Amino acid sequence: MSVLVFANSTDGKFKKNAFEVVSYGKKVAEQLGSTVVVVTINANNTETLYTYGADKVFSVTNDALSTFNAKAYASVIQQVADAQNSSVVILDSSIDTLHVAPILAVALDAGYVSNVVALPSSTSPFTVKRKAFSNKAFSNTVIAADTKVIGVAQNSYGVFENPVTGTTESFDATIADSGVKSEKVERVTGQVTIADADVVVSAGRGLKGPENWGMIEELAGVLGAATACSKPVSDLGWRPHGEHVGQTGKPVATNLYIAIGISGAIQHLAGINASKVKVVINTDPEAPFFKAADYGIVGDAFEVVPKLIEKLKAFKQA
Amino acid sequence: MKILVCISNVPDTTSKINFTENDTKFDTNGVQFVINPYDEFCLTRAMWFKEKQGASVTVVNVGTAATEPTLRKALAIGADDAIRVNMESVDGLSVAKQLAEVVKNGGYDLVLAGRESIDYNGGMVPGMLASLLDFNFVNGCVGMEVDGTAVSLTREIDGGNESLTASLPMVVAGQKGIVEEKDLRIPNMRGIMMARKKPLKVLEPVAGENATSIASFEKPAPKGAVKLVAADNIDELINLLHNEAKVI
Repeated sequence: MSVLVFANSTDGKFKKNAFEVVSYGKKVAEQLGSTVVVVTINANNTETLYTYGADKVFSVTNDALSTFNAKAYASVIQQVADAQNSSVVILDSSIDTLHVAPILAVALDAGYVSNVVALPSSTSPFTVKRKAFSNKAFSNTVIAADTKVIGVAQNSYGVFENPVTGTTESFDATIADSGVKSEKVERVTGQVTIADADVVVSAGRGLKGPENWGMIEELAGVLGAATACSKPVSDLGWRPHGEHVGQTGKPVATNLYIAIGISGAIQHLAGINASKVKVVINTDPEAPFFKAADYGIVGDAFEVVPKLIEKLKAFKQA
Repeated sequence: MKILVCISNVPDTTSKINFTENDTKFDTNGVQFVINPYDEFCLTRAMWFKEKQGASVTVVNVGTAATEPTLRKALAIGADDAIRVNMESVDGLSVAKQLAEVVKNGGYDLVLAGRESIDYNGGMVPGMLASLLDFNFVNGCVGMEVDGTAVSLTREIDGGNESLTASLPMVVAGQKGIVEEKDLRIPNMRGIMMARKKPLKVLEPVAGENATSIASFEKPAPKGAVKLVAADNIDELINLLHNEAKVI
């Protein structure tokens, strides 16, 4: 019996998500008195995973997996899980992994719980806490099936160093024939994406028009942050849909979320609740966002943001 | 083309969330239920296929009789008929198994469902359904065209989009972008009148066990009051974010 973690990578590189799920997997393995094994697909530098507790890494390298394919990835993870007799399989909650996990759960005849925010509160019955109702509540969910698939919500557990002397072995997986073919991948380069960001700077209709986003981008640049927006802003076409944060948009679970000129509709708050620290800048002291935020400034974005940029630049240089 | 659109019956997006029976049941008191917004995008896309390319559109829900008004709304939007699998949905896998039976028996070649439901947010039913049926599957779809049995799709990825090709039969999990929000259909009076006469078939569930169950719900701990900083005292905000919150 073992705990298997899928450490996802993009272009061979691990992101924070991968280290978070290995950290989580290590603790679950300790709870179960078992070992943690990790599977990687076309990843480099697998030894970096030892820092977070990976005792054994099974590295799958295959040109047929050079572009992401949900069915093929699920099949590879299943083959390692079967070979390792894994009772628990842990994955992150990136867009790609959310594509893989349900396919994998059916293949393993497993109980699958996504959006998990904490270590199992009990391993018998196996109980995990997950987000529900678009971040407005949690559910404590029992997995009855023998095999458990757990999707850990991003930034919910954290990255913890737990260095071990690990080993990496190549794993020869059979690649499933998939009916879905990738034709073209278009990624915005040179910008921090919401999925990777520790800080998100988001703005709403209070900005009055798309021409005023320069200062939002500048603020994000100073903080190494991603930019985002409220739903009305993406509906008006001021910003791309991919930046829309909220209940039916992208969920944000960052360390710091700065909301500028966003009143804080219940649907928007549902999308950002999982962020740790929230700052709101708004002219209206009655804006609902002030009830959800940790820090607030009642003021005009056009006066506050340029000052904030200037002061942050000085702070970063100090 | 025979299209099946999976419809989840969910509390509307402005609902306050509460629980009863010792925090084990969702409190439906005073809650307005709607078509899951992600499913609504898929339903509109299905109507587009029906009108422009010719297709039949069936909507399906796994739920108790309480979900029928939501199915009627989907009929009023333009679906041809509806199916309700008479079962209280408990977990994603059991819902997917019921839907798989419906797809097999109905011979549907395209199944559309929202990326996730806004109540339990599992995001698992479409992928599980595709696996159970051995259909092709694309998640997070933001664009889709069908030509015969050839399907071209666009899905959202982190920081961009991916173009894909596949063939029917398949399951597609959609979100905003598969149609735009401004194009969503609102039932008109004629649609509402016609919906009353459209068939709504109730099927009894096939046997099966749940893989997961909810032991209890909880709400996030109440948050402390916001700390307000004067607009001319940005240094204080930076100080708080650096020394107190430790996020910069």
